[in-house]
Amino acid sequence: MDLLNNLGVGFQTAMSLQNLLYAFFGAVLGTLIGVLPGLGLVATIAMLLPSIYTLDATPALIMLAGIYYGAQYGGSTTAILINVPGESSSIVTAIDGYQMARSGRAGPALAAAGLGSFFAGCVGTIIIAIFAPPLTELAFKFGSAEYFSLMVLGLVGAVVLASGSLIKAIAMIVLGLLLGQVNTDVITGTARFSFDIPELTNGIGFVVIAMGLFGFGEIIANLGQPEEHHEVFTREVKGLWPTKEDFKEAWPSVVRGTALGSILGVLPGGGALLASFASYTLEKKVVRNPRVPFGKGAIQGVAGPESANNAGAQTSFIPMLTLGIPPNAVMALMVGAMTIKGIQPGPQVMTSNPELFWGLIASMWIGNLMLIVLNLPLIGIWIRLLTVPYRFLFPAIVVFCCIGTYSLNNNSFDVYLAAAFALLGYVFCKLSCEPAPLLLGFILGPMMEENLRRALLLARGDWSTFLTRPLSAGLLIAAALMIFVVMLPSIKNKRQEAFQEEA
Amino acid sequence: MKIKSQRDFWSGLMFLVVGVAFAWGSTEYAFGTSARPGPGYFPFGLGILLALLGSLLLFKALTLESEGGDPIGHIAWRPLLIIVLAIAVFGAALPRLGLACTLPLLVILSALAGDEFHWRDVLISSVVLTVGSWALFILGLKLTIPLWPTYITG
Repeated sequence: MDLLNNLGVGFQTAMSLQNLLYAFFGAVLGTLIGVLPGLGLVATIAMLLPSIYTLDATPALIMLAGIYYGAQYGGSTTAILINVPGESSSIVTAIDGYQMARSGRAGPALAAAGLGSFFAGCVGTIIIAIFAPPLTELAFKFGSAEYFSLMVLGLVGAVVLASGSLIKAIAMIVLGLLLGQVNTDVITGTARFSFDIPELTNGIGFVVIAMGLFGFGEIIANLGQPEEHHEVFTREVKGLWPTKEDFKEAWPSVVRGTALGSILGVLPGGGALLASFASYTLEKKVVRNPRVPFGKGAIQGVAGPESANNAGAQTSFIPMLTLGIPPNAVMALMVGAMTIKGIQPGPQVMTSNPELFWGLIASMWIGNLMLIVLNLPLIGIWIRLLTVPYRFLFPAIVVFCCIGTYSLNNNSFDVYLAAAFALLGYVFCKLSCEPAPLLLGFILGPMMEENLRRALLLARGDWSTFLTRPLSAGLLIAAALMIFVVMLPSIKNKRQEAFQEEA
Repeated sequence: MKIKSQRDFWSGLMFLVVGVAFAWGSTEYAFGTSARPGPGYFPFGLGILLALLGSLLLFKALTLESEGGDPIGHIAWRPLLIIVLAIAVFGAALPRLGLACTLPLLVILSALAGDEFHWRDVLISSVVLTVGSWALFILGLKLTIPLWPTYITG
């Protein structure tokens, strides 16, 4: 049994004291940022990237992964207790979760979310372990043309499944690809778009972009809005354990949510956010006569989406780990983190760094276990954190982001550049242009160019190579189909509807 | 001609200008041929693509009606300018003044961007954050960040 052997290697790696510590640290930190409204996931991971220079690759990635799924747990806590989703993937949880809290059933809501997430996390881990190796094999058959087409598909998928205007999202990808062109050309050694600034010849650091757009940009946007005061149900969280009826109603939703989330997580552009929206829609369709109607505190509306977003968060690791293609902004940062540690992301990671690969997978299961222990009994502590006013929080974020950017190269230039991206981030926010596709494009840009140029070189300049090679053609056709389908008027309206679900 | 969606109009214009700028800039580098693409090949194509997408947005903004004109809304000048300025000041000051002086400056400056400003809270924040950062980044992670001003350490 290869699978068992591999998981054995993984658990051995993940159970080392150091890795356990980092998984724990990641999970705690993830819960924390999930709980604190106004501190985003991408910003936090970007903030931590400079610190992983001093770590080994395995603990570093274990920690970052812990933050990602930890935030899914934490985000649901705030969604339920104060109707403020800590992370965007908890938006739908707030609909029924908050109503449950208002009718004094905050405990069962939190428990359903936590237990559902744990179940989904376990299933997600197993799915990764089963499906990653065959996908990796497939990826080894890819040539440059196939890789290029795969990246096109990945980028297109990332935007058609996201919310907002399609043209803007594609334009943001292209802008990201172009920003990735500020570098020294690998083939000829020509410095491009550097304006004779030596720092720019090495390219713009992706940490700088992520911190500027997500870290600082978020702060400016948050401060631009009047401070909201929320009702916090702190004293009413008692009787955490759900009743028998709760269990009976919630578990089918958990299973459905997990299945749906696992599938959607693998798709490019999928992951936690899409999974939770889709699951809520599914629950509303499937559960015909809920004891409590949806929107009024139905436990299915909490259990389903929460399981789905955790499952999606787990399985979105699959394309990143096997193909080196990030399906969302967080995975893009993970790819960046691997590059920082000198690991070329792609199918070879599984064979060249088996401890990293399987250790990361095993640590997800362990991390999920830690999270359930961490979240349910300690809920009181997390709730108290909710009362930290933003005026204490944002200067701290500014400080960490500033030190982080400076320490990248011990150079003030990166700090100035981050300030410029902060400005740009606010412009994007005002023009409702999502910054996540830009980051994906930026990460994939250099790889895409290299594969494009190599494919053209091999085909002697014949562009039709992308369509005559069957695998490559299939991927491109899939990408074209995706755009076509989303453009259909009926789907277009559905898509908008799905994302505006009482948000 | 009336702008029917403010957000689409300005983002379209932005993409158009940036796309043209990149395409124009990439003419400085060897374009090569399709058989041997040069360093200017990929960025030129991307620049044109971005400009096209921008034009499409502009066209949409001028022809398709949108709800209420999709206005940009009020711009939060104060947080925007103060935060950007604070970051830039940090960049300029850190190599000269060191962490111990720069961080309080950064905290006080950025706190001005918020709605409420209480001296007591801000001072507490700056002390806690400065000591915390010193412990975390210099003691813990051993980053080579200057702690004191250069005129003291020489």
